[in-house]
Amino acid sequence: MKRYSALGLLKGGFDGQKSWGLAWRAPKPKARYDVVIIGGGGHGLATAYYLAKHHGVRSIAVVEKGWIGGGNTGRNTTIIRSNYRLPQMQDLLEFSLRLWEGLSEELNYNLMFSQRGALFLGHSDSDMTRLAERGDSLACNGIDAELLTREQVRRLAPLLNMDEAARYPIFGGLIQRRGGTARHDAVAWGYARAADALGVDILQNCEVTGIDIEGGRAVGVQTSQGAIGADQVAICVAGNSGHVAAMAGLRLPIESHMLQAFVSEPVKPMIDTVIMSQSIHCYISQSDKGEIVLGGDPDLYPSYSQRGIPMRVEEVAGQAIGLVPALSRLRMLRCWSGVTDMSFDGAPIIGDTPVDGLSLNGGWCYGGFKATPGSGMLFAHALAKGEPHPIAAPFNLGRFASGALIDEAASGPLPQSR
Amino acid sequence: MFLITCPHCGPRSQAEFVYERAEEAVARPDDTTEATLTALYTRENPRDFAWELWRHAYGCRAWIRMRRHRVTHEIAQIASVGAEA
Repeated sequence: MKRYSALGLLKGGFDGQKSWGLAWRAPKPKARYDVVIIGGGGHGLATAYYLAKHHGVRSIAVVEKGWIGGGNTGRNTTIIRSNYRLPQMQDLLEFSLRLWEGLSEELNYNLMFSQRGALFLGHSDSDMTRLAERGDSLACNGIDAELLTREQVRRLAPLLNMDEAARYPIFGGLIQRRGGTARHDAVAWGYARAADALGVDILQNCEVTGIDIEGGRAVGVQTSQGAIGADQVAICVAGNSGHVAAMAGLRLPIESHMLQAFVSEPVKPMIDTVIMSQSIHCYISQSDKGEIVLGGDPDLYPSYSQRGIPMRVEEVAGQAIGLVPALSRLRMLRCWSGVTDMSFDGAPIIGDTPVDGLSLNGGWCYGGFKATPGSGMLFAHALAKGEPHPIAAPFNLGRFASGALIDEAASGPLPQSR
Repeated sequence: MFLITCPHCGPRSQAEFVYERAEEAVARPDDTTEATLTALYTRENPRDFAWELWRHAYGCRAWIRMRRHRVTHEIAQIASVGAEA
Protein backbone atom coordinates (compact mmCIF):
# COMPACT_ATOMS: atom_id res chain seq x y z
CA MET A 1 0.00 0.00 0.00
CA LYS A 2 1.43 3.34 -1.00
CA ARG A 3 1.13 5.52 2.10
CA TYR A 4 -0.53 8.90 1.88
CA SER A 5 1.40 11.80 3.40
CA ALA A 6 1.98 15.51 2.97
CA LEU A 7 5.47 14.74 1.66
CA GLY A 8 4.01 12.28 -0.85
CA LEU A 9 1.58 14.92 -2.03
CA LEU A 10 4.44 17.39 -2.42
CA LYS A 11 6.52 14.86 -4.41
CA GLY A 12 3.47 14.08 -6.53
CA GLY A 13 3.34 17.74 -7.46
CA PHE A 14 6.36 17.13 -9.72
CA ASP A 15 4.59 14.54 -11.86
CA GLY A 16 1.08 15.99 -11.78
CA GLN A 17 -0.05 13.52 -9.04
CA LYS A 18 -0.06 10.72 -11.65
CA SER A 19 1.81 8.01 -9.75
CA TRP A 20 -0.76 7.15 -7.07
CA GLY A 21 -2.38 4.11 -8.64
CA LEU A 22 -5.65 2.50 -7.58
CA ALA A 23 -6.49 2.46 -3.87
CA TRP A 24 -7.72 -1.15 -4.07
CA ARG A 25 -7.68 -3.95 -6.63
CA ALA A 26 -10.63 -5.25 -8.67
CA PRO A 27 -9.95 -9.00 -8.43
CA LYS A 28 -11.88 -11.88 -9.97
CA PRO A 29 -13.61 -14.08 -7.41
CA LYS A 30 -11.66 -17.17 -6.31
CA ALA A 31 -13.44 -20.49 -6.00
CA ARG A 32 -13.24 -20.46 -2.23
CA TYR A 33 -12.36 -18.27 0.76
CA ASP A 34 -12.07 -18.84 4.50
CA VAL A 35 -14.62 -16.10 5.09
CA VAL A 36 -17.08 -14.55 2.66
CA ILE A 37 -18.59 -11.30 3.93
CA ILE A 38 -21.80 -10.30 2.17
CA GLY A 39 -22.08 -6.52 1.96
CA GLY A 40 -19.38 -3.98 1.10
CA GLY A 41 -20.51 -1.18 3.35
CA GLY A 42 -18.57 0.23 6.27
CA HIS A 43 -19.47 -2.67 8.57
CA GLY A 44 -18.52 -5.39 6.08
CA LEU A 45 -15.26 -3.73 5.08
CA ALA A 46 -14.33 -3.02 8.71
CA THR A 47 -15.06 -6.65 9.60
CA ALA A 48 -12.76 -7.81 6.79
CA TYR A 49 -10.03 -5.38 7.85
CA TYR A 50 -10.03 -6.46 11.52
CA LEU A 51 -10.28 -10.16 10.60
CA ALA A 52 -7.15 -9.80 8.48
CA LYS A 53 -5.30 -7.46 10.82
CA HIS A 54 -6.04 -8.87 14.28
CA HIS A 55 -6.89 -12.50 13.59
CA GLY A 56 -4.53 -13.31 10.73
CA VAL A 57 -7.27 -14.55 8.41
CA ARG A 58 -5.71 -14.18 4.97
CA SER A 59 -8.42 -15.50 2.67
CA ILE A 60 -11.37 -13.12 2.86
CA ALA A 61 -13.80 -11.83 0.24
CA VAL A 62 -16.18 -8.91 0.62
CA VAL A 63 -19.02 -9.40 -1.84
CA GLU A 64 -20.93 -6.24 -2.80
CA LYS A 65 -23.89 -6.12 -5.19
CA GLY A 66 -23.22 -2.51 -6.24
CA TRP A 67 -20.26 -0.34 -5.34
CA ILE A 68 -18.70 -0.18 -1.88
CA GLY A 69 -20.26 2.36 0.45
CA GLY A 70 -23.20 2.86 -1.92
CA GLY A 71 -25.83 1.78 0.59
CA ASN A 72 -26.41 3.19 4.05
CA THR A 73 -22.71 3.99 4.52
CA GLY A 74 -23.12 6.77 1.97
CA ARG A 75 -26.68 7.74 2.98
CA ASN A 76 -26.50 8.54 6.69
CA THR A 77 -26.08 11.94 8.32
CA THR A 78 -22.54 11.01 9.54
CA ILE A 79 -23.20 11.62 13.25
CA ILE A 80 -20.93 9.85 15.75
CA ARG A 81 -21.64 9.70 19.50
CA SER A 82 -21.84 7.22 22.34
CA ASN A 83 -24.29 9.02 24.64
CA TYR A 84 -26.90 6.30 24.86
CA ARG A 85 -29.08 5.49 27.87
CA LEU A 86 -28.60 1.76 28.45
CA PRO A 87 -25.20 0.44 29.61
CA GLN A 88 -25.03 -2.24 26.89
CA MET A 89 -25.48 0.41 24.19
CA GLN A 90 -23.04 2.76 25.95
CA ASP A 91 -20.36 0.08 26.09
CA LEU A 92 -20.86 -0.80 22.43
CA LEU A 93 -20.85 2.75 21.09
CA GLU A 94 -18.07 3.95 23.42
CA PHE A 95 -15.90 1.04 22.24
CA SER A 96 -16.57 2.32 18.74
CA LEU A 97 -16.00 5.99 19.56
CA ARG A 98 -12.56 5.17 21.01
CA LEU A 99 -11.67 3.44 17.75
CA TRP A 100 -12.86 6.48 15.75
CA GLU A 101 -10.45 8.64 17.75
CA GLY A 102 -7.40 6.98 16.21
CA LEU A 103 -8.85 5.65 13.00
CA SER A 104 -7.59 8.16 10.41
CA GLU A 105 -4.01 7.47 11.55
CA GLU A 106 -4.53 3.71 11.69
CA LEU A 107 -6.00 3.52 8.19
CA ASN A 108 -3.67 6.23 6.81
CA TYR A 109 -6.80 7.77 5.35
CA ASN A 110 -8.30 11.13 6.28
CA LEU A 111 -11.80 10.32 7.57
CA MET A 112 -12.33 13.99 8.42
CA PHE A 113 -13.40 12.87 11.89
CA SER A 114 -14.42 16.02 13.68
CA GLN A 115 -15.22 15.95 17.41
CA ARG A 116 -17.37 19.05 17.27
CA GLY A 117 -19.73 17.89 20.02
CA ALA A 118 -23.10 16.18 19.92
CA LEU A 119 -25.75 18.31 21.62
CA PHE A 120 -29.22 17.15 22.66
CA LEU A 121 -31.65 20.00 23.32
CA GLY A 122 -34.26 19.87 26.06
CA HIS A 123 -37.56 21.66 25.39
CA SER A 124 -39.35 21.20 28.71
CA ASP A 125 -38.74 20.37 32.38
CA SER A 126 -39.42 16.71 31.66
CA ASP A 127 -36.92 16.76 28.76
CA MET A 128 -34.30 18.17 31.13
CA THR A 129 -35.08 15.46 33.68
CA ARG A 130 -34.57 12.78 31.06
CA LEU A 131 -31.38 14.40 29.78
CA ALA A 132 -30.05 14.59 33.34
CA GLU A 133 -30.92 10.93 33.86
CA ARG A 134 -29.06 10.00 30.69
CA GLY A 135 -26.09 12.19 31.63
CA ASP A 136 -25.88 10.56 35.08
CA SER A 137 -26.05 7.12 33.52
CA LEU A 138 -23.21 8.05 31.16
CA ALA A 139 -21.10 9.57 33.94
CA CYS A 140 -21.51 6.37 35.99
CA ASN A 141 -20.10 4.47 33.03
CA GLY A 142 -17.14 6.83 32.59
CA ILE A 143 -18.42 8.46 29.40
CA ASP A 144 -18.31 12.23 29.00
CA ALA A 145 -21.62 14.01 29.37
CA GLU A 146 -22.29 17.58 30.39
CA LEU A 147 -25.66 19.04 31.26
CA LEU A 148 -25.93 22.57 29.88
CA THR A 149 -28.06 25.47 31.01
CA ARG A 150 -30.11 27.50 28.57
CA GLU A 151 -27.42 30.20 28.62
CA GLN A 152 -24.65 27.68 27.88
CA VAL A 153 -26.66 26.34 24.94
CA ARG A 154 -27.13 29.88 23.64
CA ARG A 155 -23.35 30.48 23.72
CA LEU A 156 -22.66 27.16 22.01
CA ALA A 157 -25.16 27.56 19.16
CA PRO A 158 -26.18 31.21 18.91
CA LEU A 159 -28.37 30.68 15.87
CA LEU A 160 -30.86 28.57 17.85
CA ASN A 161 -34.21 30.22 18.44
CA MET A 162 -33.93 31.11 22.15
CA ASP A 163 -37.24 33.01 22.22
CA GLU A 164 -39.38 31.85 25.13
CA ALA A 165 -42.36 31.70 22.77
CA ALA A 166 -40.41 29.63 20.21
CA ARG A 167 -42.09 26.61 18.63
CA TYR A 168 -39.46 24.48 20.42
CA PRO A 169 -38.49 26.49 23.52
CA ILE A 170 -34.98 25.64 24.74
CA PHE A 171 -34.60 24.84 28.44
CA GLY A 172 -31.05 23.50 28.23
CA GLY A 173 -29.16 20.59 26.78
CA LEU A 174 -26.86 17.61 27.21
CA ILE A 175 -23.62 17.55 25.25
CA GLN A 176 -21.06 14.88 24.53
CA ARG A 177 -18.06 16.94 23.49
CA ARG A 178 -16.24 13.93 22.01
CA GLY A 179 -19.14 13.32 19.62
CA GLY A 180 -19.15 14.71 16.11
CA THR A 181 -19.14 13.73 12.47
CA ALA A 182 -16.92 11.99 9.90
CA ARG A 183 -16.85 11.87 6.12
CA HIS A 184 -18.92 8.71 5.52
CA ASP A 185 -17.61 7.75 2.05
CA ALA A 186 -14.05 8.03 3.32
CA VAL A 187 -14.86 5.41 5.97
CA ALA A 188 -15.74 2.86 3.28
CA TRP A 189 -12.77 3.86 1.11
CA GLY A 190 -10.30 3.92 4.01
CA TYR A 191 -11.30 0.46 5.24
CA ALA A 192 -11.37 -0.88 1.65
CA ARG A 193 -7.86 0.35 0.95
CA ALA A 194 -6.47 -0.96 4.23
CA ALA A 195 -8.25 -4.32 3.89
CA ASP A 196 -7.11 -4.72 0.29
CA ALA A 197 -3.52 -4.11 1.39
CA LEU A 198 -3.92 -7.07 3.77
CA GLY A 199 -5.05 -9.29 0.90
CA VAL A 200 -8.83 -9.01 1.21
CA ASP A 201 -10.60 -9.42 -2.16
CA ILE A 202 -13.27 -6.74 -2.62
CA LEU A 203 -15.71 -7.99 -5.24
CA GLN A 204 -17.93 -5.18 -6.48
CA ASN A 205 -20.95 -5.60 -8.79
CA CYS A 206 -21.23 -9.12 -7.43
CA GLU A 207 -24.72 -9.77 -6.08
CA VAL A 208 -25.38 -12.70 -3.78
CA THR A 209 -28.38 -14.63 -5.09
CA GLY A 210 -28.28 -17.64 -2.79
CA ILE A 211 -26.59 -19.17 0.23
CA ASP A 212 -25.44 -22.77 -0.19
CA ILE A 213 -26.28 -25.02 2.73
CA GLU A 214 -25.08 -28.59 3.12
CA GLY A 215 -26.04 -30.69 6.11
CA GLY A 216 -27.35 -27.64 7.98
CA ARG A 217 -24.13 -25.70 7.43
CA ALA A 218 -23.49 -22.68 5.19
CA VAL A 219 -20.74 -23.66 2.74
CA GLY A 220 -20.75 -20.79 0.28
CA VAL A 221 -22.75 -18.32 -1.77
CA GLN A 222 -24.17 -18.13 -5.25
CA THR A 223 -23.46 -14.79 -6.89
CA SER A 224 -23.93 -12.97 -10.18
CA GLN A 225 -20.24 -13.83 -10.80
CA GLY A 226 -20.62 -17.53 -9.99
CA ALA A 227 -20.45 -19.76 -6.94
CA ILE A 228 -18.00 -18.96 -4.15
CA GLY A 229 -17.21 -21.51 -1.45
CA ALA A 230 -16.56 -20.46 2.13
CA ASP A 231 -15.82 -21.91 5.56
CA GLN A 232 -17.85 -19.08 7.03
CA VAL A 233 -20.44 -16.74 5.56
CA ALA A 234 -21.09 -13.40 7.29
CA ILE A 235 -24.06 -11.15 6.55
CA CYS A 236 -23.45 -7.37 6.81
CA VAL A 237 -26.17 -6.00 4.58
CA ALA A 238 -28.14 -3.54 6.77
CA GLY A 239 -31.56 -2.99 5.20
CA ASN A 240 -31.37 -6.19 3.19
CA SER A 241 -30.64 -8.39 6.25
CA GLY A 242 -34.06 -10.07 6.11
CA HIS A 243 -33.82 -10.61 2.35
CA VAL A 244 -30.37 -12.24 2.52
CA ALA A 245 -31.06 -14.25 5.69
CA ALA A 246 -34.17 -15.66 3.96
CA MET A 247 -31.77 -17.25 1.42
CA ALA A 248 -30.70 -19.48 4.31
CA GLY A 249 -34.28 -20.05 5.42
CA LEU A 250 -34.09 -17.66 8.38
CA ARG A 251 -36.70 -15.22 9.62
CA LEU A 252 -35.13 -12.33 11.52
CA PRO A 253 -36.49 -9.90 14.10
CA ILE A 254 -36.01 -7.16 11.52
CA GLU A 255 -38.34 -5.06 9.38
CA SER A 256 -36.91 -2.79 6.68
CA HIS A 257 -38.07 0.83 6.71
CA MET A 258 -37.03 4.05 4.95
CA LEU A 259 -35.06 6.87 6.53
CA GLN A 260 -34.44 10.09 4.65
CA ALA A 261 -31.74 12.71 4.86
CA PHE A 262 -31.41 16.12 3.24
CA VAL A 263 -28.73 18.68 2.48
CA SER A 264 -28.99 22.36 1.72
CA GLU A 265 -26.84 24.42 -0.61
CA PRO A 266 -23.38 25.02 0.90
CA VAL A 267 -22.93 28.14 3.01
CA LYS A 268 -20.21 29.59 5.21
CA PRO A 269 -19.77 28.03 8.67
CA MET A 270 -22.89 28.70 10.76
CA ILE A 271 -23.39 25.60 12.96
CA ASP A 272 -20.24 24.13 14.50
CA THR A 273 -21.80 21.36 16.57
CA VAL A 274 -24.29 18.55 15.99
CA ILE A 275 -27.74 19.66 17.14
CA MET A 276 -30.30 17.02 18.16
CA SER A 277 -33.33 17.09 20.39
CA GLN A 278 -34.81 15.07 23.23
CA SER A 279 -38.37 15.66 22.01
CA ILE A 280 -38.29 15.90 18.23
CA HIS A 281 -36.49 13.63 15.84
CA CYS A 282 -34.64 16.37 13.95
CA TYR A 283 -30.87 16.54 13.75
CA ILE A 284 -28.79 19.30 12.22
CA SER A 285 -25.11 19.56 11.39
CA GLN A 286 -22.96 21.31 8.81
CA SER A 287 -20.67 19.38 6.52
CA ASP A 288 -17.13 20.52 5.87
CA LYS A 289 -18.33 21.52 2.41
CA GLY A 290 -20.78 23.90 4.08
CA GLU A 291 -24.03 22.08 3.38
CA ILE A 292 -26.54 21.91 6.23
CA VAL A 293 -27.25 18.20 6.76
CA LEU A 294 -30.71 17.34 8.12
CA GLY A 295 -32.41 14.18 9.20
CA GLY A 296 -35.71 13.35 10.83
CA ASP A 297 -38.18 10.60 11.56
CA PRO A 298 -38.18 7.39 9.53
CA ASP A 299 -41.07 6.91 7.10
CA LEU A 300 -42.70 4.45 9.54
CA TYR A 301 -43.81 1.70 7.17
CA PRO A 302 -41.89 -1.20 5.61
CA SER A 303 -40.16 -0.50 2.32
CA TYR A 304 -37.04 -1.33 0.33
CA SER A 305 -37.69 1.41 -2.24
CA GLN A 306 -34.89 3.85 -1.22
CA ARG A 307 -37.47 6.59 -1.93
CA GLY A 308 -38.80 8.71 0.89
CA ILE A 309 -42.20 10.34 1.34
CA PRO A 310 -42.42 14.09 0.56
CA MET A 311 -44.40 14.87 3.72
CA ARG A 312 -41.31 13.96 5.76
CA VAL A 313 -39.27 16.59 3.88
CA GLU A 314 -41.81 19.21 4.91
CA GLU A 315 -41.86 17.99 8.49
CA VAL A 316 -38.07 17.96 8.91
CA ALA A 317 -37.70 21.38 7.26
CA GLY A 318 -40.37 22.74 9.61
CA GLN A 319 -38.62 21.34 12.68
CA ALA A 320 -35.20 22.54 11.56
CA ILE A 321 -36.49 26.06 10.91
CA GLY A 322 -38.29 25.98 14.25
CA LEU A 323 -34.96 25.26 15.95
CA VAL A 324 -32.73 27.47 13.76
CA PRO A 325 -34.85 30.13 12.00
CA ALA A 326 -31.92 31.27 9.80
CA LEU A 327 -32.19 27.97 7.91
CA SER A 328 -35.41 29.22 6.29
CA ARG A 329 -33.29 31.23 3.85
CA LEU A 330 -31.45 28.18 2.49
CA ARG A 331 -32.40 26.19 -0.59
CA MET A 332 -32.50 22.43 -0.28
CA LEU A 333 -30.06 20.70 -2.60
CA ARG A 334 -30.80 16.99 -2.35
CA CYS A 335 -32.83 14.47 -0.44
CA TRP A 336 -32.36 10.71 -0.46
CA SER A 337 -33.36 7.65 1.44
CA GLY A 338 -31.74 4.53 2.88
CA VAL A 339 -33.17 1.18 3.93
CA THR A 340 -32.84 0.79 7.69
CA ASP A 341 -32.90 -2.66 9.28
CA MET A 342 -35.25 -1.98 12.19
CA SER A 343 -34.79 -4.60 14.89
CA PHE A 344 -37.57 -5.21 17.39
CA ASP A 345 -35.83 -3.75 20.40
CA GLY A 346 -33.88 -1.07 18.56
CA ALA A 347 -30.51 -2.70 19.23
CA PRO A 348 -28.26 -4.52 16.75
CA ILE A 349 -27.76 -8.26 16.36
CA ILE A 350 -24.11 -9.39 16.26
CA GLY A 351 -23.12 -13.04 16.18
CA ASP A 352 -24.09 -16.50 15.08
CA THR A 353 -27.42 -17.70 13.68
CA PRO A 354 -29.25 -21.05 13.91
CA VAL A 355 -27.42 -22.04 10.67
CA ASP A 356 -23.86 -23.27 11.35
CA GLY A 357 -21.19 -21.27 9.56
CA LEU A 358 -23.57 -18.34 9.01
CA SER A 359 -23.21 -15.18 11.11
CA LEU A 360 -25.15 -11.96 11.15
CA ASN A 361 -24.27 -8.35 11.86
CA GLY A 362 -27.43 -6.33 11.36
CA GLY A 363 -30.46 -4.71 12.92
CA TRP A 364 -28.59 -1.44 13.46
CA CYS A 365 -31.81 0.48 12.81
CA TYR A 366 -30.99 4.11 11.94
CA GLY A 367 -27.80 4.19 14.07
CA GLY A 368 -25.26 2.01 12.32
CA PHE A 369 -22.77 4.52 10.94
CA LYS A 370 -21.41 5.67 14.31
CA ALA A 371 -20.78 2.04 15.22
CA THR A 372 -18.82 1.12 12.09
CA PRO A 373 -15.34 0.52 13.61
CA GLY A 374 -16.61 -1.18 16.76
CA SER A 375 -19.11 -3.27 14.84
CA GLY A 376 -16.36 -4.47 12.51
CA MET A 377 -13.93 -5.30 15.29
CA LEU A 378 -16.51 -7.11 17.44
CA PHE A 379 -17.93 -9.07 14.51
CA ALA A 380 -14.42 -10.05 13.39
CA HIS A 381 -13.80 -11.30 16.94
CA ALA A 382 -16.96 -13.44 16.84
CA LEU A 383 -16.05 -14.88 13.42
CA ALA A 384 -12.46 -15.68 14.36
CA LYS A 385 -12.97 -16.99 17.91
CA GLY A 386 -16.36 -18.64 17.47
CA GLU A 387 -17.66 -16.84 20.53
CA PRO A 388 -18.76 -13.25 21.10
CA HIS A 389 -16.60 -10.53 22.58
CA PRO A 390 -18.02 -9.58 26.03
CA ILE A 391 -19.23 -6.22 24.68
CA ALA A 392 -21.11 -7.91 21.81
CA ALA A 393 -22.44 -10.81 23.87
CA PRO A 394 -25.71 -9.12 24.92
CA PHE A 395 -26.51 -8.44 21.26
CA ASN A 396 -27.16 -12.07 20.37
CA LEU A 397 -30.05 -13.21 18.22
CA GLY A 398 -31.37 -15.44 21.01
CA ARG A 399 -32.33 -12.48 23.21
CA PHE A 400 -35.71 -12.11 21.53
CA ALA A 401 -36.76 -15.57 22.70
CA SER A 402 -35.13 -15.27 26.15
CA GLY A 403 -36.57 -11.81 26.81
CA ALA A 404 -33.20 -10.11 27.45
CA LEU A 405 -34.11 -7.24 25.14
CA ILE A 406 -32.05 -4.04 24.91
CA ASP A 407 -34.79 -1.51 24.37
CA GLU A 408 -33.03 1.87 24.45
CA ALA A 409 -36.23 3.79 23.67
CA ALA A 410 -38.43 1.56 25.88
CA SER A 411 -40.99 1.55 23.10
CA GLY A 412 -41.85 -2.12 22.65
CA PRO A 413 -41.50 -4.51 19.74
CA LEU A 414 -42.99 -2.52 16.85
CA PRO A 415 -40.25 -0.89 14.79
CA GLN A 416 -42.38 2.05 13.66
CA SER A 417 -42.85 3.18 17.24
CA ARG A 418 -39.18 3.94 17.90
CA MET B 1 -46.19 8.59 -1.47
CA PHE B 2 -49.10 6.57 -2.72
CA LEU B 3 -52.89 6.52 -2.88
CA ILE B 4 -54.70 4.08 -0.66
CA THR B 5 -58.24 3.11 -1.59
CA CYS B 6 -59.91 2.78 1.78
CA PRO B 7 -62.70 0.17 1.54
CA HIS B 8 -64.93 2.62 3.40
CA CYS B 9 -63.86 6.06 2.11
CA GLY B 10 -62.40 5.49 -1.37
CA PRO B 11 -59.02 6.73 -2.64
CA ARG B 12 -57.18 8.91 -0.12
CA SER B 13 -53.61 10.16 0.35
CA GLN B 14 -51.23 7.89 2.21
CA ALA B 15 -50.70 10.79 4.64
CA GLU B 16 -54.10 9.95 6.19
CA PHE B 17 -53.03 6.40 7.04
CA VAL B 18 -50.82 4.81 9.65
CA TYR B 19 -49.01 1.52 9.19
CA GLU B 20 -49.90 -0.72 12.12
CA ARG B 21 -48.03 -3.98 11.54
CA ALA B 22 -47.39 -6.83 9.17
CA GLU B 23 -50.33 -9.20 9.19
CA GLU B 24 -47.98 -12.06 10.10
CA ALA B 25 -47.15 -10.09 13.28
CA VAL B 26 -50.58 -10.58 14.81
CA ALA B 27 -50.27 -12.74 17.94
CA ARG B 28 -53.47 -14.55 18.88
CA PRO B 29 -54.54 -15.44 22.43
CA ASP B 30 -54.69 -19.20 21.81
CA ASP B 31 -51.30 -19.37 20.04
CA THR B 32 -48.53 -21.56 21.43
CA THR B 33 -45.53 -19.77 22.96
CA GLU B 34 -43.51 -20.58 19.88
CA ALA B 35 -46.15 -19.16 17.52
CA THR B 36 -46.40 -16.01 19.66
CA LEU B 37 -42.62 -15.57 19.56
CA THR B 38 -42.66 -16.05 15.79
CA ALA B 39 -45.39 -13.46 15.40
CA LEU B 40 -43.88 -10.90 17.75
CA TYR B 41 -40.21 -11.23 16.92
CA THR B 42 -39.72 -12.54 13.39
CA ARG B 43 -40.72 -11.32 9.96
CA GLU B 44 -40.55 -12.59 6.42
CA ASN B 45 -39.79 -8.94 5.48
CA PRO B 46 -39.78 -9.77 1.75
CA ARG B 47 -38.65 -7.62 -1.18
CA ASP B 48 -42.05 -8.54 -2.57
CA PHE B 49 -45.78 -8.34 -1.83
CA ALA B 50 -46.81 -8.76 1.81
CA TRP B 51 -50.08 -8.49 3.72
CA GLU B 52 -50.13 -5.53 6.10
CA LEU B 53 -52.54 -3.92 8.54
CA TRP B 54 -52.96 -0.16 8.20
CA ARG B 55 -55.32 2.24 9.95
CA HIS B 56 -57.17 5.17 8.35
CA ALA B 57 -56.10 7.36 11.27
CA TYR B 58 -57.12 10.72 9.81
CA GLY B 59 -60.27 9.41 8.08
CA CYS B 60 -62.75 6.76 9.18
CA ARG B 61 -60.23 5.34 11.70
CA ALA B 62 -60.94 1.77 10.58
CA TRP B 63 -58.17 -0.81 10.41
CA ILE B 64 -57.71 -2.20 6.90
CA ARG B 65 -55.76 -5.02 5.32
CA MET B 66 -53.69 -4.56 2.20
CA ARG B 67 -51.28 -6.58 0.12
CA ARG B 68 -48.56 -4.13 -0.80
CA HIS B 69 -45.27 -4.47 -2.65
CA ARG B 70 -42.35 -3.52 -0.42
CA VAL B 71 -40.19 -2.19 -3.29
CA THR B 72 -42.65 -0.61 -5.77
CA HIS B 73 -45.37 0.23 -3.19
CA GLU B 74 -47.99 -1.18 -5.59
CA ILE B 75 -51.12 -2.22 -3.71
CA ALA B 76 -52.50 -5.44 -5.22
CA GLN B 77 -55.40 -6.10 -2.84
CA ILE B 78 -57.17 -4.15 -0.15
CA ALA B 79 -59.99 -5.11 2.19
CA SER B 80 -61.64 -4.22 5.46
CA VAL B 81 -60.57 -6.30 8.44
CA GLY B 82 -62.74 -9.41 8.70
CA ALA B 83 -63.71 -9.40 5.00
CA GLU B 84 -62.18 -11.75 2.43
CA ALA B 85 -59.94 -9.89 -0.03
